[in-house]
Amino acid sequence: MSILVDGDTKVIVQGITGRDGSFHARSMLAYGTKVVGGVTPGKGGQRLDELPVFDGVGEAVKATGATATVIFVPAAFASAAIREAADSDLSLIVCITEGIPLMEAARNYRYAKDRGKVLVGPNCPGLITPGHCKIGIMPGQIHAAGRVGVISRSGTLTYEIVHALTAAGIGQSTCIGIGGDPITGLSFVEVLEMFERDPGTDAVVLIGEIGGEAEEEAAEYVRKSLSKRVVAFIAGRTAPAEKKMGHAGAIISGSRGTAESKIKAFREAGVTVVDRPDQVPEALRG
Amino acid sequence: MKLMEYQSRQLLSEFGIPIPEAEVCDTGDEAAAIQSRLGGMVVIKAQVLSGGRGKAGGVRIARTPEEARTVASRILGLEIGGQKVRRLLVSRAVKSVKEYYLSVSVDRNSRGLELVFSDKGGITIEEAAADHPGRIRHLSLDPFGGPEAASFLAGIDAGAIGEDIARRVLGIASSLFRLCSERGCVLAEINPLSLEEGGTLVALDAKLVLDDNAVPMHPELASFRNPEEYGSDENEAREASLSYVGLDGNIGCMVNGAGLSMATMDLIKHYGASPANFLDIGGSSNPEKVVKAFSILTRNPGVKAILVNIFGGITRCDDVANGIVKARSMIEIKVPTVIRLIGTNDGKAREILAGAGIEAYSDLGEAIRRVVAFAGGVSA
Repeated sequence: MSILVDGDTKVIVQGITGRDGSFHARSMLAYGTKVVGGVTPGKGGQRLDELPVFDGVGEAVKATGATATVIFVPAAFASAAIREAADSDLSLIVCITEGIPLMEAARNYRYAKDRGKVLVGPNCPGLITPGHCKIGIMPGQIHAAGRVGVISRSGTLTYEIVHALTAAGIGQSTCIGIGGDPITGLSFVEVLEMFERDPGTDAVVLIGEIGGEAEEEAAEYVRKSLSKRVVAFIAGRTAPAEKKMGHAGAIISGSRGTAESKIKAFREAGVTVVDRPDQVPEALRG
Repeated sequence: MKLMEYQSRQLLSEFGIPIPEAEVCDTGDEAAAIQSRLGGMVVIKAQVLSGGRGKAGGVRIARTPEEARTVASRILGLEIGGQKVRRLLVSRAVKSVKEYYLSVSVDRNSRGLELVFSDKGGITIEEAAADHPGRIRHLSLDPFGGPEAASFLAGIDAGAIGEDIARRVLGIASSLFRLCSERGCVLAEINPLSLEEGGTLVALDAKLVLDDNAVPMHPELASFRNPEEYGSDENEAREASLSYVGLDGNIGCMVNGAGLSMATMDLIKHYGASPANFLDIGGSSNPEKVVKAFSILTRNPGVKAILVNIFGGITRCDDVANGIVKARSMIEIKVPTVIRLIGTNDGKAREILAGAGIEAYSDLGEAIRRVVAFAGGVSA
């Protein structure tokens, strides 16, 4: 069991003929993901290896029966790609693209929500249900199937922790990167709700960072409604205020969004907060 | 990307929002000439990015050309928020009957747009926020349509300021929304929005923050960038598509990914030293970026040791290894460098590095303890 994606998920790739899109379409296929086709406007009728390429999402979904899409379209066109996907019959939209302006992100969020679609990202590594389905850019081989859910705002830091979990013999149900931007389609709370409902998930690792209040909201949700064990790691204890730390969303504004505030909120909610990524496996066992 | 007041005024005016007549200058003589042209009382304002200009003596009144010259020269000598004042705005003084606060911004918590209005604007806005939170109205806006009349009028309590004025505030709010939409602005704030004696509304001061991500889509916005918003290393890093923030520690860091970069800094601190910087070399890192990153790190005299930490995903470890070897041949790296590589093509990377006599760790904790020891920290 898992959340959002499993072995039956059929995926199309928007931007499949581009450099990143084609590379990751092949890498997802090699992992075993059911990639069924792709979209690049103006390139309908072509093929990427065996995969059919379509001009539009609606057409691609109709021909392939896809249920999810992953977007590798440059930032200037990514919002149009998200809205085109939201207008189709797909249920899951994963946007990897970094650099979408916030005004557009607010609109994309509303547009997808109004149409009942799940939007993951933007500016995220995607999600993976190990052994079954990888939608995104994470290295598949560091994951192992198991019963711990992982949620994160970052890419490589998640790999670091997942690698430590796998090395310690702890497999994952689903690992999901919600994205490093200030506005993302899914929030920590929404993903925690999914893990709470998933019988295949026993515990959750939450990887947060400075900026915003998503971790504080997650802590509140854990305190009130989550029955499963949570271990958290928060990056950015040494980050200065008012400076964007790489991610558009990783910024301490005044006294808000600090690592201390997030760590405190989690500890008060009974969550184990570790100081180092390599302590996560032990904390899950303990 | 923060704008200075004179730049913000330019955008407000482009979107039809009334602003008082004013001109920009950078000498006392010019300020005197502008005062003569405008006539009567003028306000001379320092153009800097930080707030608190008034308290720092950066906003003063002048009534004659002589006074304008003296006042302007005095402001030009000031340093406000660590920034030397180089430019002034000389503006016709406006008699306010009432001062309001109005802003439109992107709100991360609601994942939408927020409008804030208060009938207690001006410098008292922060007091109002503390003492009369009810006088500050927060409205969420439709990100596609902007402010809608009925809910706007109800939301700002139009009755309290008068329906007619409220409708004019709505007009300005709609213009701010359009500005945010069309120029990718994440904060557009007018404070004070002044009600003049004749009943006209004028934006007396404005603060705009543009979205860095909107600039590639609106190239004309690039000219608004103020280099003083960042340090010179930060600007140089941005040109090379690196994300860099200078700190005052002793270990230079080069990492791929923002979250891992922050975690690496935190671990350095955890093991007893302190990070000299945040540096994310980003995704598909070509060797040139690595060379650039080394040249920025090695320039910092505070750096006693360097840590390279790469978890290969999109980033290929062999690309980074090639960059490290290349950097060593181009730049004199005088401080010890510890390298940790794992993930995509790490075997190949280790071969490349071994060929150049460089050792690489795969365990992060081990690498950090090593670099901390090199920098003279407590952990060996």
